[in-house]
Amino acid sequence: MKTVRIGCGAGFAGDRIEPAIELATKGDLDYLVFECLAERTIALAQQAKARDPQLGYDFMLAARMEAVLPVCRERGTTIITNMGAANPSAGAEVVRRIAERRGLKGLSIAAIVGDDVMGLIEDGDFTVMETGEPVRSLADRLVSANAYIGADPIVRALEQKADVVIMGRAADPSLFVGPLMHAHGQSLDDCDQVGRATLVGHLLECGGQVTGGYFADPGLKDVPGLDNLGFPLAEVPERGPLVITKVPGTGGVVTPATCKEQLLYEIHDPAAYMTPDTIADFSNVRVEAVGPDRVQVDGATGGPRPDLLKVSLAYRDSFIGEGQISYAGAGAEERARLAADIVVRRLARAGVHTSEIRCDLIGIDALHGSRLSRDHNRPYEVRLRVAARANTLPDAQAVANEVESLYTNGPAGGGGATRATREVLSLASTFVPRHLVRCDVRMVVI
Amino acid sequence: MKLRTIAHSRSGDKGTIINVSLIAFEPRHYPVIVGEVTADRVKAHFAELATGRVIRYELPSIGALNFVVHGVVGGGVTRTLALDAHGKSLSSALLEMDIETDA
Repeated sequence: MKTVRIGCGAGFAGDRIEPAIELATKGDLDYLVFECLAERTIALAQQAKARDPQLGYDFMLAARMEAVLPVCRERGTTIITNMGAANPSAGAEVVRRIAERRGLKGLSIAAIVGDDVMGLIEDGDFTVMETGEPVRSLADRLVSANAYIGADPIVRALEQKADVVIMGRAADPSLFVGPLMHAHGQSLDDCDQVGRATLVGHLLECGGQVTGGYFADPGLKDVPGLDNLGFPLAEVPERGPLVITKVPGTGGVVTPATCKEQLLYEIHDPAAYMTPDTIADFSNVRVEAVGPDRVQVDGATGGPRPDLLKVSLAYRDSFIGEGQISYAGAGAEERARLAADIVVRRLARAGVHTSEIRCDLIGIDALHGSRLSRDHNRPYEVRLRVAARANTLPDAQAVANEVESLYTNGPAGGGGATRATREVLSLASTFVPRHLVRCDVRMVVI
Repeated sequence: MKLRTIAHSRSGDKGTIINVSLIAFEPRHYPVIVGEVTADRVKAHFAELATGRVIRYELPSIGALNFVVHGVVGGGVTRTLALDAHGKSLSSALLEMDIETDA
């Protein structure tokens, strides 16, 4: 019985590169997956593509491929990634150029297109799930509409012997479900097997978050070697329990506790985790340590795939202007509060239009508000942060200016002012019938 | 005692909904968190941060609870003015909760 070895070389767009090299060279992998696409990332990529049709793929695609493509080719490891972002075909072209320059003859690259459903959404009659408003009401503020596509086109690409599969908005676990189902020759109609593969994907998709990242709490939950955190891999037999582990000699830990935290990460009802491939049931999952940095996981099941696909919509919302400044020593908190008061009054006096304003005292109440922060010891230094929402960039810039102006016009001893403004792309979602989303696999052979 | 002495936690976001897990370090402490950390208590604990309902899911097979917190103030990860837009630090806030136990 074949055991498939599948690793995760990135859990977000800016993730570290060396752990993927470690996995590619020492992980003895059948598949190496790079999950680099958050909801907002694809909207930004869509804007980049609108400026230049050759762009819109992940900004670290070339760096990651340069790092792992030759060794993956040598070891027979297939790469699967959503780094195509808003432009998988252009991403595939980047991979092709790297492969040619590195002399990787015979390498097959598959670009999966079809998740971009902007045309369908613009012409159709859909409802924004969060607000109940028609999607049409977003009008020209709509920047992108991408359907979460599932494992099916990945399986098709692998059947055509792709060595690299590059796509856009797939559901994160589907990047793992595709290769696992293909490797075991299992049908996507085998619901429980899809549920099990979805569990593997869910545990691995955030990279270091299952190997000790986002976990350490000195004294309670110690993790060695976080500066050299190893990324995860799963050993998945055809059926039954599977093992989550990492490359020996790397930092981090894989324990039942790290796996439990990741099992519930971004999960709502654990008995109904919805993806394009299944509605998975993780409520009876069991985890057990079976060796150093080896955890056995079992018990996930799944139901039939949903008829509707979720679509992530991004739209131009507003601008945020932000400024920060620090105060120290006795009376630091009082001076920071006075400074906040000055900024709020100044914005009103200067006629700056803001729809929402927020003043945080970093070190005192910035993260969780005044009530949960009460009764804790006061710090020596306090940093004021003022953030406000505006409809125009100049108004957002005015917010940042007023904080900077505290240097010469505010309380005593204000130092280290910083300022920032940004356009806000907000997200919403809608659902479309699965049959309206057609995905194509485009193969290129070097 | 603080919750953090018997349990650990991780939080993640999906738009204006945040989930916060609570996992007992020892199986014997699972009944303690089931008894002490109700959805109502979590809703009151996060009152300043979220206005919607809190749903609790129980996972006895791994000794954990999962809280789904609706109506996060500020509009969620993409548009909020909050410093921690994702609510990733909320796990630490939950672990500050005081509980009664001699287990």
